Amino acid sequence: MNRYPLWKYLIIVCAVVAGVVYTIPNFFGESPAIQVSPLRAGAKVDLSLLQKIDDLLTNEGITVQASYLDKNGIKVRFEDTDSQLQAKDAVQGGLGRDYIVALNLLPNSPSWLTSLNALPMYLGLDLRGGVHFLLQVDMPSALQKAKESYLQDLRRVMRAENIRYSKISVGKSGIDIEFRDESIRDQALVILEINATDLNYVSKERGSATLISAAVKPEVEKRIQEFALQQNITTLRNRVNELGVAEPIVQQSGADRVVVQLPGVQDTAKAKNILGRTATLEVRLVDEDKMDPASLQAAQDGRIPSGDDLIYDREGTPYLLKKEVILTGDRISDAQPGFDNTTSEAAVHLSLDGRGSSIFQMTTRENVGRRIAMVLVEKGSSEVVTAPVVRAEIPGGRVQISGSMTTTEAHDTALLLRAGALAAPMEIIEERTVGPSLGADNIDRGFKSTWIGFAALALFIAVYYSVFGVISVFALSVNMMLLAAVLSMLQATLTLPGIAAVALTLGMAIDANVLINERIREEIRNGTTPQAAITAGYERAWGTILDSNITTLIAGIALFFFGTGPIRGFAVVHCIGILTSMFSAVFVSRGVVNLIYGRKKKIDRLAIGDSDWYKKSN
Amino acid sequence: MEFFKIRKDIPFMRHALTFNLISIAMFLLAVGALAFKGLNLGVEFTGGTVMEVGYSESANLSKIRKSLESGGMSEAVVQSFGDSRTVLIRLPTKPELTGAKLSDQVFLMLKEDDPQLELRRVDYVGSQVGEELVEKGALALLVVSLGIVIYLAFRFEWKFGLAAILANLHDVVIILGFFALFQWEFSLPVLAAVLAILGYSVNESVVVFDRIRENFRKMRKASVREVINNAITRIMGRTIITHGSTQLMVLSILIFGGETLHYFALALTIGILFGIYSSIFVASPLVLWLGISREDLIKPEVKKEEAVV
Repeated sequence: MNRYPLWKYLIIVCAVVAGVVYTIPNFFGESPAIQVSPLRAGAKVDLSLLQKIDDLLTNEGITVQASYLDKNGIKVRFEDTDSQLQAKDAVQGGLGRDYIVALNLLPNSPSWLTSLNALPMYLGLDLRGGVHFLLQVDMPSALQKAKESYLQDLRRVMRAENIRYSKISVGKSGIDIEFRDESIRDQALVILEINATDLNYVSKERGSATLISAAVKPEVEKRIQEFALQQNITTLRNRVNELGVAEPIVQQSGADRVVVQLPGVQDTAKAKNILGRTATLEVRLVDEDKMDPASLQAAQDGRIPSGDDLIYDREGTPYLLKKEVILTGDRISDAQPGFDNTTSEAAVHLSLDGRGSSIFQMTTRENVGRRIAMVLVEKGSSEVVTAPVVRAEIPGGRVQISGSMTTTEAHDTALLLRAGALAAPMEIIEERTVGPSLGADNIDRGFKSTWIGFAALALFIAVYYSVFGVISVFALSVNMMLLAAVLSMLQATLTLPGIAAVALTLGMAIDANVLINERIREEIRNGTTPQAAITAGYERAWGTILDSNITTLIAGIALFFFGTGPIRGFAVVHCIGILTSMFSAVFVSRGVVNLIYGRKKKIDRLAIGDSDWYKKSN
Repeated sequence: MEFFKIRKDIPFMRHALTFNLISIAMFLLAVGALAFKGLNLGVEFTGGTVMEVGYSESANLSKIRKSLESGGMSEAVVQSFGDSRTVLIRLPTKPELTGAKLSDQVFLMLKEDDPQLELRRVDYVGSQVGEELVEKGALALLVVSLGIVIYLAFRFEWKFGLAAILANLHDVVIILGFFALFQWEFSLPVLAAVLAILGYSVNESVVVFDRIRENFRKMRKASVREVINNAITRIMGRTIITHGSTQLMVLSILIFGGETLHYFALALTIGILFGIYSSIFVASPLVLWLGISREDLIKPEVKKEEAVV
């Protein structure tokens, strides 16, 4: 009765083989590598580019371990970090600005394993180092911006239809438009409802004023928010690409949040700076009529002329700029850092798109002799970068910004302008940065504590339960391997709490074998024959094992659904570990027991480490 | 090898009242610690910034404090972390600076004194994220408890479900009590440990209950007390060996796992120790008080016979 049919052994053998195959990629380690991917839509990544990169590296005399093309781009592996860094510079120099060349780590596993899709587990940020950000999009401000643009629309519609309003302003709930009398208002209402359909209009009397209150329709509001989020994600992707990070993650999280993960980033301060910035450019006219010292002084004391804004430059010089924005960053098609031809100061050279060029040409034509200000707007604060005098009409959309910038600032500003503006400001509401050395320490500690714990546990169980103990330890090893294999197959992200969960799960999984072994000992004590004791031990223990594992599983699943970040990693490992442990502790260990004892007709005693203490007194 | 050579059943239930009184006292103590001292919640829950920086040689904490103070960060808490070269700095949220910028500023400030300073870790959590985590954590605890009660009510009987969850919530409260009393930091991994313990120690109660049910079938003439005593005595060996094994693993994490996992392992240790205690000395007496009887568990068979008659 203690025999397994062949198919059961076949299942065990298959599981163990699959376990081995999918676990071993984790032991090959990783090599330094570079990853080349396209930055612009036009740039192609194909075999000819791979050839080009190989040639570049051969010319520089850099030894390449392997180079190949896959769906993420071209990857080249090196022996050491020195050749990796040299290669990065060589390839970036040779390919120019159309490609991103990022540093990366690639698994060393042989290609036959990779072709089976046997890949190592993905290491979480706390193990490999890197940055995790959670950014919150400021939706009220996106809506406010939208209201202001609708205000312009309404103004234009009424002007075109010759409707005279006395006042228009953005109020708390929407846009308020005041009229002299009801007949004009009713006329306006009809016109607006036909021409600007994104808003709901309500006629109102407030005190003596006759007005229309226009509110953005809820579905339009939703659309605006979705658009703002998508636009921000796109912008963030562009910025991350410019940073040159391998395998970055930029994705939506909830209705108004974005997760950004940059594995392996060393200069976290720069990453934060670039991601967190909301810089956009505004081109505005200097109000030359009000730039006399008296008006400026008055403005600084708080009496700013209507239609103007008071904005300072870096040195603190005040400017009164017209509220009307001629151009914004949206019209920029490219931005490059460089130097001013005459003063050799650091500068940013902008190229405007078609419409931007014509607006800029028209503005410069009409304002020769006046000053035009380039304003960098960053979350709530504006700064005049430069306000040169227009000497002649500027055609062709080539614009240069130069002020008191350093080369680094010029470089960063160009990057920000090139990557596009954010549709709505964003704020970092969660940050996790792990330095590379801490990551390495964490891996070390995690593995050390698991191995030492496992060794101590194995030793104890083997001594305490003798042959059955060794079988239990074998089952536990199979469990650990299957757990690692399943995690690798799922390409789960391994984190430090995840490693802790592996250790804890193994410590708990031994419970099943302890239950079985104790049960068998008890049956023997009650005088059952060894063969019957094995059967009874496994059968009686099974119900208990099932019940206790299901309750643990309930806790694990709840942890997964309500947990975030590191807790989820813990929960995934915990749940999978419970499932693999039921398989290995019951099915696999029974298989081994059957193999050893099942074929024997008569067994004198089972090597389960029990003594005969109960017999002596009876 | 064999540790437990017990011939007679140990009369655990004779002392049920004493154990329950001890439990109630411990429980009240833990609740008191929670009420008066409160949990020392980690930055994940409260919002704020934690930085871990590594110096090339032993760090001078008072000098670090001084430089932070002169930079206008007098609220910063500075302490060594793990070894003398690693320093942990806690910064409260400042309204005028976003958390992300704050840590950069502090790092630059400290780097002036030691250019070789290394930034090992930054955790910044905005206050709204923290509030959400507290909510989610509480919800997780509730769902786990309910799920377990429902499962046990389905597999055994509602009295067992209730007894198990009461016994184990008692464990959870005592773990929390320890964290409040000693003001150990209660972080996300600790929460994970607490929830894992909830599952794990219910597991323990389930094993005892399974045995009680089996005994009701086998020991037809025994009283309820005798049935429970026998079940606990028979299962003692496995209880100690299992928990000892799990504790071996946890001990290894506690010793070799580093600072990040320290409190996680500590919470598990307390949980495992009280898990043994509660399943024997709390859950079983509770089942007794709730008035469990043979008929509660072996009803189906009785009904079948009636149907035949």
